[in-house]
Amino acid sequence: MDHTKLISDLIRVVGQGAVLYRPEELLVYEADGHTIDKAAPRAIVLPSSTEQVSQVLRYLHQTGIPFVPRGAGTGLSGGSLALENGVVVCTARMRRILEVDIPNLRAVVEPGVANIRLSQEVGHGYAYAPDPSSQAACSIGGNVAENSGGPHCLKHGFTTNHVLGVELVLPEGEVVMLGGKAEEYPGLDLRGFVIGSEGTLGVVTKVMVRLVRVPEAVKTLLAVFDTVDSATRTVSDIIAAGVIPSALEMMDHVVIQAVERSPVAAGYPLDAAAVLLIELDGPPEGFDWEMAQVREICQRHQAREVRVAKDDKERALLWRGRKHAIGAVGALATAFYTQDGVIPRKRLPELLALVADVAKRYQLTIGNVFHAGDGNLHPLIVYDANDGDAPRRVQQAGGEIMAACVAAGGSLSGEHGIGLEKREYMPLLFSGADLAAMAQARAAFNPDGRCNPGKVFPTSTGCGEVGAITKPGVLPAVA
Amino acid sequence: MAGQEQPRQAPGFDQLDPFNLRKAQSCIHCGLCLEHCPTYRETGNEAASPRGRIYLMRAVAGGRMGMTQAFVDQMYLCLDCRACESACPSGVPYGQLVEAARGQIERNRRRPWWQSRLRQLVYAQLLPSPALLALAFWPARFYLALARRWPVERLLPSRLRALSELLPREIGAPFWPAHYQQVPAQGQARRRLAFFSGCVMSFALPDVHRVTLQVLARAGCAVETPPEQTCCGALAVHAGERGIARALARRNIAVFEKLGVDQVVVNSAGCGAMLKEYGELLARDHQYAERAHRFAHQVKDVSEVLFELPRPPMRPLPVKVAYDEPCHLQHGQRISAQPKQLLQEVPGLELVKLPGADRCCGSAGIYNLTQPAMSQRLLAQKVQAVQDSGAQVVATGNPGCILQIRRGLRQAGSPIPVVHPVELLDQAQRGT
Repeated sequence: MDHTKLISDLIRVVGQGAVLYRPEELLVYEADGHTIDKAAPRAIVLPSSTEQVSQVLRYLHQTGIPFVPRGAGTGLSGGSLALENGVVVCTARMRRILEVDIPNLRAVVEPGVANIRLSQEVGHGYAYAPDPSSQAACSIGGNVAENSGGPHCLKHGFTTNHVLGVELVLPEGEVVMLGGKAEEYPGLDLRGFVIGSEGTLGVVTKVMVRLVRVPEAVKTLLAVFDTVDSATRTVSDIIAAGVIPSALEMMDHVVIQAVERSPVAAGYPLDAAAVLLIELDGPPEGFDWEMAQVREICQRHQAREVRVAKDDKERALLWRGRKHAIGAVGALATAFYTQDGVIPRKRLPELLALVADVAKRYQLTIGNVFHAGDGNLHPLIVYDANDGDAPRRVQQAGGEIMAACVAAGGSLSGEHGIGLEKREYMPLLFSGADLAAMAQARAAFNPDGRCNPGKVFPTSTGCGEVGAITKPGVLPAVA
Repeated sequence: MAGQEQPRQAPGFDQLDPFNLRKAQSCIHCGLCLEHCPTYRETGNEAASPRGRIYLMRAVAGGRMGMTQAFVDQMYLCLDCRACESACPSGVPYGQLVEAARGQIERNRRRPWWQSRLRQLVYAQLLPSPALLALAFWPARFYLALARRWPVERLLPSRLRALSELLPREIGAPFWPAHYQQVPAQGQARRRLAFFSGCVMSFALPDVHRVTLQVLARAGCAVETPPEQTCCGALAVHAGERGIARALARRNIAVFEKLGVDQVVVNSAGCGAMLKEYGELLARDHQYAERAHRFAHQVKDVSEVLFELPRPPMRPLPVKVAYDEPCHLQHGQRISAQPKQLLQEVPGLELVKLPGADRCCGSAGIYNLTQPAMSQRLLAQKVQAVQDSGAQVVATGNPGCILQIRRGLRQAGSPIPVVHPVELLDQAQRGT
């Protein structure tokens, strides 16, 4: 269809300034937090209301143009890239907190609200629990799309455990309410179906979330180890002992170097092979027993040091390094690629050994920063953006790690989603029948596949439509 | 600013003042800057965000595009408030990057002749010259006297009206450094300092300078103010006129070196941030690089200096104060605790919570004149926050912010005064 007409039609719906179409603007939207794959959209629409989203989607339906929802663009699997030269429907202007209802422990927000802002504005000892490491920027809508986790999901659950309902605009423009403000709804749990669907079912325009009381007491410990192995064994033993920390995070030597060389330096010992960040929360009564258990297990595995944060300031400092660890790799290299495999906790030692071996074979630097408590690995492959061959090696190395996670009885993704980046690996985890069932369910919402085409499903099985495949190197790389 | 220029369309930056690609590449596109960027929050446009702008710079540097109009627009829509730098886990020096990109733009495109002349006049002649500034402020005084009696402001064209709105309603006698060359310490002399008085502030807020010297003297500082000093060059750097800024920097370095003092104290956050970056600005100047670096390390904000010294006695000052963080103090110099602590120590003074105190007020050098629409949006939010805070006074340590927030409050019909923190310290010390 005629590009000028498309733009002027979209402007008629959302207004001048809410449609971006200049080539420079399109360029900026060719990637999200995942920068290996790139695909520029043909336009970006910034609607301000459910009504506008509905009108935009109806128009795109009539004209047969594919589209992709996008929030803050901090995703790590390329999920918000506009394949098939689609239109980006971005929720960045839908950033109102519509309702905070503390007596009923719930809030209603628009999808563009940044995760951290919700807890900040709720205040009064209440918060929204899921805390992805990118929470300072990532949007609640994006969290719904990816079913985001975060360090504290080990004890407090993922996005799906904290979202009561969503208002969704279907790809043809109808507005539906799935779930709602109440605790429970009869019928099919379509709310649960939408959470984690990676923007393939429509555009979420309102989110009803659960609020929780901030824990009465919190203790944060930093345990320092001289080998990765002893750190990972500590993790398995803590969980096996029946202690459920609210967070149990691991960072290895490479990541410690990155953090300590960056502005978010947190005081992790530079010569440590690994550190564990362990947090306990809850009513103060059970604390002493849990603390004693954790200390005893750390010591049993030759922790060199177990440091307990003395106050909120020290706690914040310890967390600052962890929460910004992925961003801090800019201190080490000019590009990164992070993975998201999940494995049974007991297999952590062997998987980390495999990661180290892969790094050596592909001549790459791979750091590890991850949610050890739930076995969710984030191998962080750093490389030089000026090295033309690097993306290929990085992706091959990533593929080997992913295959190993699945072979170990794990999964491809804990929280970053499959997106574009891992779609070809889906057959490792699912049978053809599994994938076909998913594709059929998706088709009930998204019959012609125009909503976020080319994501989640492999292009090779025939159950997903064949998307425009972007390859590293097809487009000239950004310097 | 942007509008009629004809930018260089050929891809790539020039090599005259090379763009530091390595620094741009330390941005790994994580997006943690987004929510901290005023123009992104307002527009939702990622091209108007720090990571988006860096992406565009890298695209030009890598030969993917030229310095097109859209590129120019985004580089100049940026406030250069540097809030993104405080948020960045990789330590990307965003301010340096956007300033360098503007330098590239100004060297490689033609502006209409009158714009080029005006820029030369303002950045290279007017701001560095106290005599010309005095001349310019003389009609301003006359105009203000007129404006107090008749609504002449309404008759001005929009840009001039914005300038007029920024003028303080009462302007004291100019601060002439020659009259304050040596101000002795009161009581025991603890430090010998030099005072940087800059350009416009000596005319627009001359009393803040006088009060600053008094407060420093009471804290035991003997202060010299060299009359040969000139504008710091910050406005020129923000406008991409790096050559002019370098000339100003060299002159200031030479002037202050001669005094042989340990520290150079400055009460303007914008100037302080610039002076502290002279090392970077003159990094490729073999004669000056070393000296610029040394000078930059001597520069201290007045709050840093006062914070380290014993406090003189103070009488109670029972007033509710909202402290607004100047961007170039908080992000540019990472100074936030000291001024707040100094104010908190004033007996009876209550610091009230100002939501969004860490957000830019839209002043940003002369951004309020070059990008009036965006500036007004940010100002309106600031004014609302101040009015909701219950404060009786706003304190902020940068002349641009003082004038901007004053203007906003005046337009909203609010009587809340906006002062420099040293003015409150002075009042408490004098007990009036």
